[in-house]
Amino acid sequence: MKLVYFAWVRERVGKTEETLDLPDGIATIADLVRWLKSKGEEYEYAFENEAVVRAAVDHVHVKPEASIAGAREIAFFPPMTGG
Amino acid sequence: MATIRIQAEPFDPAAETAVLTGGRGDVGATVAFTGFCRDEGGRLSALELEHYPGMAEAEIARIAGEAQARWSLSGLTVIHRHGLIRPGEPIVLVLAASAHRRAAFEAAEFMMDYLKTRAPFWKREHLKDGTAGAWVEAKESDDAATERWG
Repeated sequence: MKLVYFAWVRERVGKTEETLDLPDGIATIADLVRWLKSKGEEYEYAFENEAVVRAAVDHVHVKPEASIAGAREIAFFPPMTGG
Repeated sequence: MATIRIQAEPFDPAAETAVLTGGRGDVGATVAFTGFCRDEGGRLSALELEHYPGMAEAEIARIAGEAQARWSLSGLTVIHRHGLIRPGEPIVLVLAASAHRRAAFEAAEFMMDYLKTRAPFWKREHLKDGTAGAWVEAKESDDAATERWG
């Protein structure tokens, strides 16, 4: 699974993107975040306030309960500040 | 039918309006909104705009599609810059054209409210002393502005 990170989420994780083999039982964005946080303190830091970090699956905004089945690219980023 | 561009280069609102209306007799109104980089009282040397390539274009196209479904538009152009932008330079252009003014006014405002809260761009401050400052925080007032469209 390809994961990409932006803005301060990218800085806290310490990388722009990575490809990870997910263990069985990771069905949703929330499951993925829980698993990432168990992997290391950089993820713990990036997701310390889970409600703030937004997610997208294949370029579409999703909620934490969204399924990640069949996803090609999952993105995590802060609330947007463009415009 | 919407023209959407994500680019590092500046843009010219007048030239974009000429492109949108050139050779047409059906356009009765255009509304152009241009957002500029502020120096925040002399504190900033620039804003750095990070974006999510691919999703930025896709999300703006979804918002533009929604605007075109809600209002009868003759044309719609959205340009959003990325990279380092100096105070006084333009960041974003929304240009809405319609037969009558109300649709153009409302569609332009709708596009900007949604761009602010849904398009994957992030601003970071660069300070006058040459250091990189903080990421700009999202405003609750921007979320409220988007929600009023229902």
